[in-house]
Amino acid sequence: MIAFLRGMVLLLMLAGPAAAQSDLRPLIDALGAGSGFDATERAVQALAATGDPAAAPVLRALADGDLVTRTSDGRVFVGERDGRTYALTDALTGEDAGEAARGDVDAIRVNNRLRRAVTAAMGSLTLQSPSIRQRMNAAQAIFSARDAEAIEALDAAIEAETVLSVANLMRQARAAAVLNSDRPEAEKVEAARIVAARGDRDALVLLAPYAEGEGELAEAASAGVSAIQSRLTLIDWAQNVFYGLSLGSVLLLAAIGLAVTFGVMGVINMAHGEMVMIGAYTTFVVQGLMRAHAPGLFDYSLLFALPAAFLVAGAIGVAIERGIIRWLYGRPLETLLATWGVSLILQQATRSWFGASNREVSSPSWMSGTIDVLGAQLTLNRLVIIFFSLAVLLGLMAVMRWTSFGLQMRAATQNRRMAAAMGIRTPWVDAMTFGLGSGIAGLAGVALSQIDNVSPNLGQSYIIDSFLVVVFGGVGSLWGTLTAAMSLGVVNKFLEPYAGAVLAKILVLVLVILFIQKRPRGLFAQKGRAVEA
Amino acid sequence: MITTRLLGNWGGRAFVAILVLAAIFMPLSNAFLSPGDALYVPTTWVVLLGRWLAFALLALALDLVWGYCGILSLGHGAFFALGGYAIGMHMMREIGPRGVYGNPNLPDFMVFLNWSELPWYWWGFGNFWFAALMTMLVPGALAFVFGWFAFRSRVTGVYLSIITQAMTFALMLAFFRNEMGFGGNNGLTDFRDVLGFDLRARETRVALFSITALALATGYLVARAVVTSKLGLVLVAIRDAESRARFLGYRVERFKLFVFTLSAMMAGVAGALYVPQTGIINPGEFAPANSIEAVIWVAVGGRGTLWGAAVGAVLVNAAKSWLTGFAPGLWLFALGGLFVAVTLFLPRGLVGTVEHGWSALTERRRTARDEKGAGEDLASKPAE
Amino acid sequence: MKLFTTAGLVGGLFAATMLSGAALAQDAPSGEPIKVGILHSLSGTMAISETTLKDVMEMLIADQNEKGGLLGRPLEAVVVDPASDWPRFAEQARQLLAEDQVDAVFGAWTSVSRKSVLPVFEELNGILFYPVQYEGEESSRNIFYTGAAPNQQAIPAVDYLAEEEGVERWVLAGTDYVYPRTTNRILETYLKEELGVAEEDILINYTPFGHSDWQSIVSEIQTFGSSGKRTAVVSTINGDANVPFYRELANQGVSAEDIPVIAFSVGEEELAGIDTGPLVGHLAAWNYFMSVDTDENLDFIDKWHAFIGDEDRVTNDPMEAHYIGFNMWVKAVEKAGTTDTDAVIDAMIGVSVPNLTGGFSAMMPNHHITKPVLIGEIQDDGQFETVWETPGTVVAQEWSPYLEGSRDLIADWRAPLSCGNFNVVTGQCGGQGAEAAEEAPAEEAAN
Repeated sequence: MIAFLRGMVLLLMLAGPAAAQSDLRPLIDALGAGSGFDATERAVQALAATGDPAAAPVLRALADGDLVTRTSDGRVFVGERDGRTYALTDALTGEDAGEAARGDVDAIRVNNRLRRAVTAAMGSLTLQSPSIRQRMNAAQAIFSARDAEAIEALDAAIEAETVLSVANLMRQARAAAVLNSDRPEAEKVEAARIVAARGDRDALVLLAPYAEGEGELAEAASAGVSAIQSRLTLIDWAQNVFYGLSLGSVLLLAAIGLAVTFGVMGVINMAHGEMVMIGAYTTFVVQGLMRAHAPGLFDYSLLFALPAAFLVAGAIGVAIERGIIRWLYGRPLETLLATWGVSLILQQATRSWFGASNREVSSPSWMSGTIDVLGAQLTLNRLVIIFFSLAVLLGLMAVMRWTSFGLQMRAATQNRRMAAAMGIRTPWVDAMTFGLGSGIAGLAGVALSQIDNVSPNLGQSYIIDSFLVVVFGGVGSLWGTLTAAMSLGVVNKFLEPYAGAVLAKILVLVLVILFIQKRPRGLFAQKGRAVEA
Repeated sequence: MITTRLLGNWGGRAFVAILVLAAIFMPLSNAFLSPGDALYVPTTWVVLLGRWLAFALLALALDLVWGYCGILSLGHGAFFALGGYAIGMHMMREIGPRGVYGNPNLPDFMVFLNWSELPWYWWGFGNFWFAALMTMLVPGALAFVFGWFAFRSRVTGVYLSIITQAMTFALMLAFFRNEMGFGGNNGLTDFRDVLGFDLRARETRVALFSITALALATGYLVARAVVTSKLGLVLVAIRDAESRARFLGYRVERFKLFVFTLSAMMAGVAGALYVPQTGIINPGEFAPANSIEAVIWVAVGGRGTLWGAAVGAVLVNAAKSWLTGFAPGLWLFALGGLFVAVTLFLPRGLVGTVEHGWSALTERRRTARDEKGAGEDLASKPAE
Repeated sequence: MKLFTTAGLVGGLFAATMLSGAALAQDAPSGEPIKVGILHSLSGTMAISETTLKDVMEMLIADQNEKGGLLGRPLEAVVVDPASDWPRFAEQARQLLAEDQVDAVFGAWTSVSRKSVLPVFEELNGILFYPVQYEGEESSRNIFYTGAAPNQQAIPAVDYLAEEEGVERWVLAGTDYVYPRTTNRILETYLKEELGVAEEDILINYTPFGHSDWQSIVSEIQTFGSSGKRTAVVSTINGDANVPFYRELANQGVSAEDIPVIAFSVGEEELAGIDTGPLVGHLAAWNYFMSVDTDENLDFIDKWHAFIGDEDRVTNDPMEAHYIGFNMWVKAVEKAGTTDTDAVIDAMIGVSVPNLTGGFSAMMPNHHITKPVLIGEIQDDGQFETVWETPGTVVAQEWSPYLEGSRDLIADWRAPLSCGNFNVVTGQCGGQGAEAAEEAPAEEAAN
């Protein structure tokens, strides 16, 4: 990358596109000329050195793996594959260049290293772009690439920059580049401070190599490293709590439906996991339908999936209750066997209907990525799931406390005969309660489809955990379920770094077993005579 | 008198008789008949039946605690697997230098994971009798400790079921860990012989079958001895009204602990018989689903009937074997449907229903003369 | 028990007539059908991977029948479902060999299922084709391993990362079972001895089967990767655990340009369940990719799509392994002129058939096949783009030279040696040899 950036800034202003085009051609063709990534990388650098913005789309096509070389004349085109032929278009003008058989062109291979080179080159090309976002990306790209050649371009860009945060980012990028250059030590020390002030993991990566050895720079760097590290330790701790809560929220979601069917009704529903699975598959179907019929709303498909999953899983729950479980009231252990049979049937039905392999459920854009909370990177999908699980729990509590259905439900489960005597249709209440529990499991399935496999085995992996959560929290107590899920999640996550994931899980199980020996009715034990029955 | 007590009704007698006959017939058939004969049993079937009988012993053990003491253990597969691991460890040691790496001391999986010496808990398993003892002691000890805590703090009903399930799940995860020194996910395999008999030889297979059949018969007699004793009556009393039994002054937890430990030891023996016939033991045996399935065998056969549980185990396994070959992809529907149907329409299980019908018939005849035969009837009627 | 025997027979006959009815509809092949057993789980946890292999075998068999069968006789598939239950694998294998009298079996996926059927195949002298990459350390006379041994996958993968991407720091992340344990042990030795990687630059992490909460581990990887040295993750994470792992990578923003992940168990089929947009550039090492641009492969894909009736279905490496294994078996049977087990086993060695990546794979005397190694990067369409491949094919090292115990072992099933674990130092078949065997009883007594 010999001085190309310096030239680039000038060229950007001076060179007309028409003149550049003819210059670019041989450079573009050079992308496909060499063999191996080294040759291609040199060609990328040469292309970027022209500073011609027209090169940007070519580079982007390269990074996307869309460039092909025509073997007959060695020319490089954008090739779109269609079965066994390629439709070629000119890389610069986008003009149609005919078709070529698969054997007549070679696709130009791209790997991570090349992609990094392209990102760096693109960064320099877009440093003064009119879009703020592009300028930020460019600065970030240079920061990661630590390209010493970019210092002057950055100086110019910082000069022209009007947005404070972008200018800041550019200064950090400049500092990174300075560290990587052969500039005087004093300047580097200053740069190390700027980088250290950034305070995140990227800064740590950058500073770490300079922290060893002696001298002022090493001191400044190691001071920066230790400052960042102690900050990161704190953040790690906070993040661990977040992971714990997030795992807890998953447990809560899986258990909450069971807290209704098992906790309130006393039905040991081994098919509970399959209700979760049905919820996840409903999400898959809803997404498929929306992709076909309402692609504009696709980003909100989960919102549509929620009621659908609730209804589908709820309806299946009602059917199971009416068909099987109602004959088995008073024989809790036998419902276990029957529902186990149901779970086998549901699993295999899913397998024959949707196939045995995983189904893809995509994440909406508003659930992807992370947000930065005081330096801790919280993943959005986990955050959404935490709030969602709490919302479901509160919603359920509201239903149970304030609706007449909730009242009837509590009445029927606390004293069935008395409730019936008061005119409550207890069979109907039973069916609805079971439907409600199953529906909630369906809702959980929508959420879990975002973090786990959507496969026929989905439910199986949650069934034991969810039973433990309900029992640990105290059967019949929703607050207990919440506390149990969250504490198990956090304990698990704090054990994990020391014991490893496998042992942590075993330890949590053993802890729960021991706890139940101590308090056989769980954290929030229900009191009264009904408990003994 | 003693025979009636131990053998039970017509079903129990037939059950023991069939087992003993099979144990005698199988070696004869295999030694003197050739594949063309009508009564010849191919080795495939000997192996299959032998394994089913091992499952039947597990079901019997489970029925002892569930049918007669109301303890629904969803973790009996753990005891079964521990018994299997104990005998498996012995057979691993028996391989000696014939393993692929030829290391006389270490099993193959330890060699290629660079273990330098045998962990202490493998000591002694080179001796068959020690290992045989362990197949009972290890599951028994686990059951004793687990039960001691659980019954003392009065963990009952579904709570108990769920923590037993958690127990077997935790054990499964633990045995999956390679650091445990039990071969991790692959478990113990590549067995050669036991007590000098080649495991792949037809004769050994037949002998194993006969031993399993006799063990099952013995298990049945032991279980009968327990349930027909005074202790058995207390167990039934605990099953039907635990608090009442406690108020009458019985130390409920001791009775439970005794029968739970005994049952675990029987399950351990079942596992020890199962593994040589299967040729592999791995942590999959600890899977909670296996334990639940064992409960289902008991339910299908008939809870609280002992020999019914054994029949249930054989029937369900036969159905499974047949369906997985005959209708792959559909057999889960059939199996799931069977479980649902049995719980809905045959709450006493197959054998229980037949027995109940039978005893109702004799009852009607008897009421004309006298009153009920207390012990017998109580014992065969499960209640919540 | 008599009852079951009859029922089993009737069932078998019924299935046989149904299946052979289809096969006999072609007029070319005639006579007694040659039976091929297919032993892949169609239910339970492994169905997710194995069902496809059952389908591909049925396709290959149908295809062969269209070509006129084998030795002029039709082929007939006998499908059973071992239901992801290891003992049932052994049971069904016995059933296939002893009752159905099949001439070859294609099946098993996990190592434990192979370990479970191995004694049965040796006892009843059957032939098993095992199509999945595995940890090595095994060579049985009755098994043909058409998947990769560790040196046909793992070692070229780290070589690539070290050379092309300049990786100096390694995370070896795996599911806690034997394949990752062995592979990681081999890699650890290889990294230290051959690439001179320091102890502190290797992080080994194991997780349980089906692990779904990867938050802490991904964050640990990030921390480990922030030392300034280029870091890569070598993933032997198995099966279902991959989807949540990759999702978490994407969510925490670990891009391939920062910390590439190279996987040995993630193929097209696994990626079908994930949105691969954020994963572009992460890698996998296999011996076949669906994207490989050869006529054989395109024909295979077309045939597969036509057979399964779904244009969206992908192909993957174990499918190619079955394709190769099946063709090898066909060729060996033709060479031997019979389906007799011993004759076919002898005829197998040296058989060479085209693979789908434009070359030939040969069956070596160690019962493993030669394979090219391909490194691919994940694309946003869920496919892999080959970024590197070995110049020729690689011969499998079933006994790894990087493991203490197996360093001196070789397998050679040709006539004079006929041994799966020949110790070249002691010159004995069976590991460390007979001297140790004599000492053993004494030690046994001491214990």
